Amino acid sequence: MSELMLAAGAITPEVTVVPGGWAILALLILGSLTLFAAALDGALSARAAGVANGLGRPFGETARLLRQRRRTTVQADHLLWRIGGAGLLVTAALMVTVVPLGEWTIFDLDVGVMWFNAIDVLVWAVVWLTGWGANSAYPLVGGYRFLAHGLGYELPLMFALVAPAIAAGSLNVGQVAGAQDELWFAVWMPVAFLVYLLGVVAFSVSGPFAPAVGTDVAGGVRGELSGVDRLVFEAGRYALLAAGAAFAVPMFLGGGAGPLLPGWAWVLLKTVLLLAVLVWARRRVPALRPDKFMEVGWLVLLPAVLVQDLVVAVIAAGRG
Amino acid sequence: MSMVVDIAFWGLGIAAVLAGAAVFYVDSMARATYALAISFVAVGVLVMFLQQNYVGVVTILMMVMEMAIMAVYMVMFMGMNPALMPMSMVHGNKTALAVALTTFVGLAAGILLVDWPDRRGSPAADVTMALGEELMGPKMLVMAVISPVMVATIVAGVVLAAHRTRYDRFGDDLKRRPADDPQPGGVGR
Repeated sequence: MSELMLAAGAITPEVTVVPGGWAILALLILGSLTLFAAALDGALSARAAGVANGLGRPFGETARLLRQRRRTTVQADHLLWRIGGAGLLVTAALMVTVVPLGEWTIFDLDVGVMWFNAIDVLVWAVVWLTGWGANSAYPLVGGYRFLAHGLGYELPLMFALVAPAIAAGSLNVGQVAGAQDELWFAVWMPVAFLVYLLGVVAFSVSGPFAPAVGTDVAGGVRGELSGVDRLVFEAGRYALLAAGAAFAVPMFLGGGAGPLLPGWAWVLLKTVLLLAVLVWARRRVPALRPDKFMEVGWLVLLPAVLVQDLVVAVIAAGRG
Repeated sequence: MSMVVDIAFWGLGIAAVLAGAAVFYVDSMARATYALAISFVAVGVLVMFLQQNYVGVVTILMMVMEMAIMAVYMVMFMGMNPALMPMSMVHGNKTALAVALTTFVGLAAGILLVDWPDRRGSPAADVTMALGEELMGPKMLVMAVISPVMVATIVAGVVLAAHRTRYDRFGDDLKRRPADDPQPGGVGR
């Protein structure tokens, strides 16, 4: 497969492609990160509410939802509804395929950065379909809210991903990670890094971008989801946050670079730390109204990240 | 390995055609839109099989985004709310069928009857680059000029179509702050 995906001689691979069976390990790692994010979120929620034992919340919720009877609605479009509900987990899994774990990767695509971008756009479709499928007003409102947010955050996110690619002179994720030997991209392109993180929080439908699943619209997109459907949807949101954090490591945080520990350990460590910061930070930011965020995205974030791209491009050109 | 690739290639082709046909078969705007999206995604992956990875991934990216937005517009503008109910995706059946069949037969006959040339030389190392240069190479200046003209046309079109002007927003002396907008903005303009 690798000779198919790497256009012959176009790039020299920075990473080794492992056989497809290792994808199971990648899924296990993604699952563990998802569980970590959910447990940390549970602990933070419990502490905020003054209740004990929040760390076990994901297990309790899983047990509760697995036993819960599936609710349905009149004339629901079950096909689209299920595709939407399960889609978040699938998109998260597709995202991590291009993330190198130290020196190994499952899918060494020469345009890995574009791949990540294409998959994060799939989240638009998936969330809206979840809202549409229930044939219920509030979930549909939630779906529209997410698309409105999407129009605000997606272009800044795209141009944030452009900056590391320009600096590395490649769209291959391994090459982008390898181009940060001297200085992490997060250090000298902070605007792109922050906008990227905002985009991650946004496509995981969480924190300031949670109005799509807000309590003011009876749970929005997930309003009619119950039982295992809800479990899969909620897990998918945490998994997307984890996948976004994992992708930030090769893009902005130097990949597997670091002293003493091997590359794969550094990738995991950086991912866990960034994920913890994201879980913590997204609780501290108030909800962004979709209608108001539109202007913030287009008039503040997009110009800021374009200037960042220009600066990066000038520096990259100056280096030759 | 190559047989697996062959099967995947043809399977994706069939999937693209079937998903495209499903657009006219299903009875819901949402299903039609996303059937089209699936068709485009299959085509995007097919393009990746041709080692045009960039073009393939961009096709997937653009088309999924476009269909997500198109679904909203389809539902919104399909008057009297039938888009929220089951509805037929076809009209003018006989004419459409005749046109479609004629076109298909014409194109398929073209594919089968044309005396295709034999391959000369071998594919470039980076086929995406080769394709780009073939398409754009000598016309780069034209393309570079056309892009800003196209953007200016879009902006001008929107400005001309908008029924509210700056005088509606900022008052007759253009001094009203913040602007009087039906839809409040997020940055306090």
